[in-house]
Amino acid sequence: MIGLSYNAQWVLLSTLILGMAAGTVGCLAYWKRQSLMSDSLSHAALPGVIIGFMVVGVKQLPVMIAGAAVSAMLGALLIQWIRGSTRVKEDAAMGIILSVFFGTGIMLLTFVNRLAGGSQSGLDNFIFGQAASMVQTDVWTMTAVALAVLVVAIAAFKEWKLHLFDPGFAQGLGLSNRRMNAIYVVMLVLVIVVGIQAVGVIMMSALLIIPAVSARYWTQSFGWMLILSALFGGGAGIVGTLTSTLGKGWPTGPFIVLAAVTWFVVSLLFGPGKGILVTKLMQHSHRKQLVSVHRTGSVKEYAE
Amino acid sequence: MSYEGWILLTASLVGLTCGLIGVLLILRRMAMMADAISHTVLLGIVVAYLVTRELSGVHMLIGAVAAGLLTAILVQWIHNLGVQQEASIGIVFTALFAIGVILVATKVGNAHLDVKHTLMGEITFIPWERIELPWVGSIPEAVFMLTLVLLVVLLALAGFYKEWKITSFDPALAASLGIPVLFMHYLFMALVSVTSVAAFDAVGAIMVVAMLITPAAAAYLWTDRLIVMFVLSAVFGVLSAILGYYIAYWLDTSISGSMAFATGLVFAVGFLFSPKYGVLAKSIRPVKDRGDSPKVAD
Amino acid sequence: MQPVLQVNNLTASYRKNRVLNNVGFEVQPGTLTAIVGPNGAGKSTLLKVILSLHPRIEGTVSFFGTTYEKAKSRIGYVPQRGTVDWDFPTNALDVVMMGLYREIGWLKWPSRLHREKAMAALEQMGMADYAKRQISQLSGGQQQRVFLARALVQDAELYLLDEPLAGVDALTEGAIMRTLKTLKDRGRTVMVVHHDLQTVEDYFDHVLFLNRTVIAHGETAHVFTKENIFRTYDGALRWIGEKFG
Repeated sequence: MIGLSYNAQWVLLSTLILGMAAGTVGCLAYWKRQSLMSDSLSHAALPGVIIGFMVVGVKQLPVMIAGAAVSAMLGALLIQWIRGSTRVKEDAAMGIILSVFFGTGIMLLTFVNRLAGGSQSGLDNFIFGQAASMVQTDVWTMTAVALAVLVVAIAAFKEWKLHLFDPGFAQGLGLSNRRMNAIYVVMLVLVIVVGIQAVGVIMMSALLIIPAVSARYWTQSFGWMLILSALFGGGAGIVGTLTSTLGKGWPTGPFIVLAAVTWFVVSLLFGPGKGILVTKLMQHSHRKQLVSVHRTGSVKEYAE
Repeated sequence: MSYEGWILLTASLVGLTCGLIGVLLILRRMAMMADAISHTVLLGIVVAYLVTRELSGVHMLIGAVAAGLLTAILVQWIHNLGVQQEASIGIVFTALFAIGVILVATKVGNAHLDVKHTLMGEITFIPWERIELPWVGSIPEAVFMLTLVLLVVLLALAGFYKEWKITSFDPALAASLGIPVLFMHYLFMALVSVTSVAAFDAVGAIMVVAMLITPAAAAYLWTDRLIVMFVLSAVFGVLSAILGYYIAYWLDTSISGSMAFATGLVFAVGFLFSPKYGVLAKSIRPVKDRGDSPKVAD
Repeated sequence: MQPVLQVNNLTASYRKNRVLNNVGFEVQPGTLTAIVGPNGAGKSTLLKVILSLHPRIEGTVSFFGTTYEKAKSRIGYVPQRGTVDWDFPTNALDVVMMGLYREIGWLKWPSRLHREKAMAALEQMGMADYAKRQISQLSGGQQQRVFLARALVQDAELYLLDEPLAGVDALTEGAIMRTLKTLKDRGRTVMVVHHDLQTVEDYFDHVLFLNRTVIAHGETAHVFTKENIFRTYDGALRWIGEKFG
């Protein structure tokens, strides 16, 4: 960290924590089979950001985050409503909210930019992410939210495990599906709205999906998967942000994504859980064993 | 034709073409795949530019189709490795899109591409970039490309109508009848890619998604007949395009954003008021009572 | 004796169809009842409705003379196997321990005692050796046994099982039915949505014929008759001809 400015260190810390929170929530999202919901909701957050700005008149992060949260929550509710009350399926509902909300956001953004006489007012950073444009107070907000998310995930660990694995049974035991779903959506929205400043609306979902999927290849335990997702997410955050500082004006979002993807490929190939290399090695050794079984005539090991 | 006329024509062509393709997207549950492809074609365009050093339409189309097919193939591959479908899509499209953005942002090869333009389109430039055609004279290049793509889409849809129907409804049955389901899938992905890119210049990547999914979803709420769904979807697409243009004119804002917003309005009308599947109609209708014949044949 | 479960005038719909219509019956303690009926007759829905997992249009349900909310801890539910994600990273012991979560308390961690209880339940189902095995590596029958162990560990007074024998091997079927009989012998009450008419008389002392409404309910010896089967299944079944001559 030597050679990095004081501000840069703060930025690095925040992307680390953001990455950890995103990895954790992303792990929950994966087992809820809702990986792309984050894509839809992060796009849906855009109009809220703009409106937040319009209400206050200057770029004030807490207001914009609040706006983003409201907008994303509204999007989530509408998706549920569409899916629940018509024959339009969830993927189409997600696509509708994603594009209509985002389009509305662009509509508002252009409107605002033209009003302000062409000034960009930093709103554009929400599209691709620019962690470097964050100031220290921004970092505090992000860290607080991310920590809250991590605490909820850890404290209710066995409840999450139960709810994700067998929601019907969980409900029977008294663990309300509705409540868990609501908490999950709130966590998701919070991570998204604090994350979009660093990673941008379009690539936020990458941070929520990729580290969690990578973790799958290293472990067969849900607890470890959560921990590894967090670690991989944080790692991607740091590596990506550092890489983006190498060039002038490079957006952080894509580099964080690239870091996450690279690690995913590594996990895919070499992960002991279900990695390709390991699977091939196992198949190879099984084949050898089978050959030796045929030779010796002993089939004890293979009787189920 | 007047300046405004060209813009409206371009927008209508986008609405029309996307509306048609959108019907199959909805029925095949590939809405998020369309979202993915509309992002990854950016990479296709960038690579096409790097390779050919030209920003011409044909090269963009080829790059786009390649990117779209690559997306579909990668998603399938990762899914076959045991990753959930949605997660596979998410991984592939964010990765490819990130690479595309990085290539542009780091100005590799000095690309003159404006990423924001690709994302959000700038339909106001359309009437200026023209090409010369025999008979027709000078028309905007985008109009030419869109018309071409529209014809291709119409031919593909009409020509394989039965096959689209059966592979969308019951792929297993289709396969057992000898219909090349996988080929149809990739053909469809190619059509989506081509449509996306043709529409880019006008409305940009994100709004293409709106045009692809929302009018078709709205049509889905008004009818049970496939052919009617195609027609309605195309009509809604054109309607949203025109409506969006006038909203943008009124508010002096992004035309493409307004068009996306307009698709939402059209959908909302269907969502609430459709006599068959709308929310209001459902709340008025009582739950069907079959209590008088309590038995069910096994 | 106070009935373990009392259902009156229960009506419910699934999607657009009225799948339960005026269902009423009483279940006495210490009985082992099979719920049988054709597909779509509402058997699974019946269980879900009485457990408040599915909305009802009208009717009342009482457990041990009180409401479901108050009686929840005395009821064990084993849902159909198909509703779970088998890819989920968890092992057999973990799944059984989930049955103890209410006992452990929300936001608290399981203790060694809980672990031992879970192991004991696995032993009872003959699955102790598989405690650390990933559930995706278990056969269908083994998975079913794990789910039953999860129900046993709850030490309930009333057990409701949804098609526990569907698609399991003979060994597992035997193990499950032995366990259910043991429960009955200990005075517990068991109700099972059962898919196989052929084995009703061998396994169950009571049977409830359901086809959207209760066609017949009572001791198997009295109620399991050709007429009741016809009335429930609304058509001839070949094996009846073979069995009854």
